[in-house]
Amino acid sequence: MFRQAFNWNELERLRHDVDRLFESSLPRVYRPRSRTFPAINVWINEVEGVIVTAELPGVLVDSIDISVTGDTLEISGTRQPMEEASKEKYHRQERSYGDFKRSVQLPYAVNTEAVQAAAEKGVLRITLPRAEAEKPKQIAVRAG
Amino acid sequence: MNKELQTQKQEVETTEGAERTRAARCYVPKVDIYSLDDGIVILAELPGVGENDVDITLEKRVLTINGFVSTAEPEGYELTYGEYGVGDFQRSFTLPDDIDQDKIEASISDGLLRVFLQKAPEAQAKKIAVVSG
Repeated sequence: MFRQAFNWNELERLRHDVDRLFESSLPRVYRPRSRTFPAINVWINEVEGVIVTAELPGVLVDSIDISVTGDTLEISGTRQPMEEASKEKYHRQERSYGDFKRSVQLPYAVNTEAVQAAAEKGVLRITLPRAEAEKPKQIAVRAG
Repeated sequence: MNKELQTQKQEVETTEGAERTRAARCYVPKVDIYSLDDGIVILAELPGVGENDVDITLEKRVLTINGFVSTAEPEGYELTYGEYGVGDFQRSFTLPDDIDQDKIEASISDGLLRVFLQKAPEAQAKKIAVVSG
């Protein structure tokens, strides 16, 4: 019998897409943050912590600021147009430029000392380890 | 210039009879196209695509950009909130006549591809003498 491994991630993405479909049919005012730049994905591991990824093609690493206060992560920066491009000579402009700022509420407090950020091929990845004191504890049950 | 920064990615529409064979999503990269004195520049956003994962072909006058994404998902983590999808990129452009097809340069850095299309030396304007008969 032919059997295909079920890809849960794909299903999860489908769910997000359906959510997004409904979001985008709402009047503009009610549209949630997904219109803001950059778009982010949030990954969680209950013990390890949180990973936030964002697509920032053409943004220099030096121009990205990342700060964590309590359980709020803030990503800000600027995207500049290419120096060689002059405004009058655009045939098409789909990319946008300017300042951006995003705040993300994290599901738990993180160890701010251990936050790491790396950008590779235009994708930013911020690793936020969960604060030691916040980690879930295993409670042993004794028969008594 | 300071219009709203937008993020929504657009997926490539599959035309009938031309289904994609790779098991990944495919998006249309956002581009800027502008002209310089000696040519045209196409800037395409290909986040997650490295220099070895980009394929540019030129057939007749159609330039096609293919970018293949190989970013690993964080292992042991679960996606709990997603605003963007990850997948390959594809987009085609019809080039104007005055491009020198042998002089196309491409470079990629930080997920931004720059393709430079050099203009061909201008065809000499021919003067046609009119003689009275």
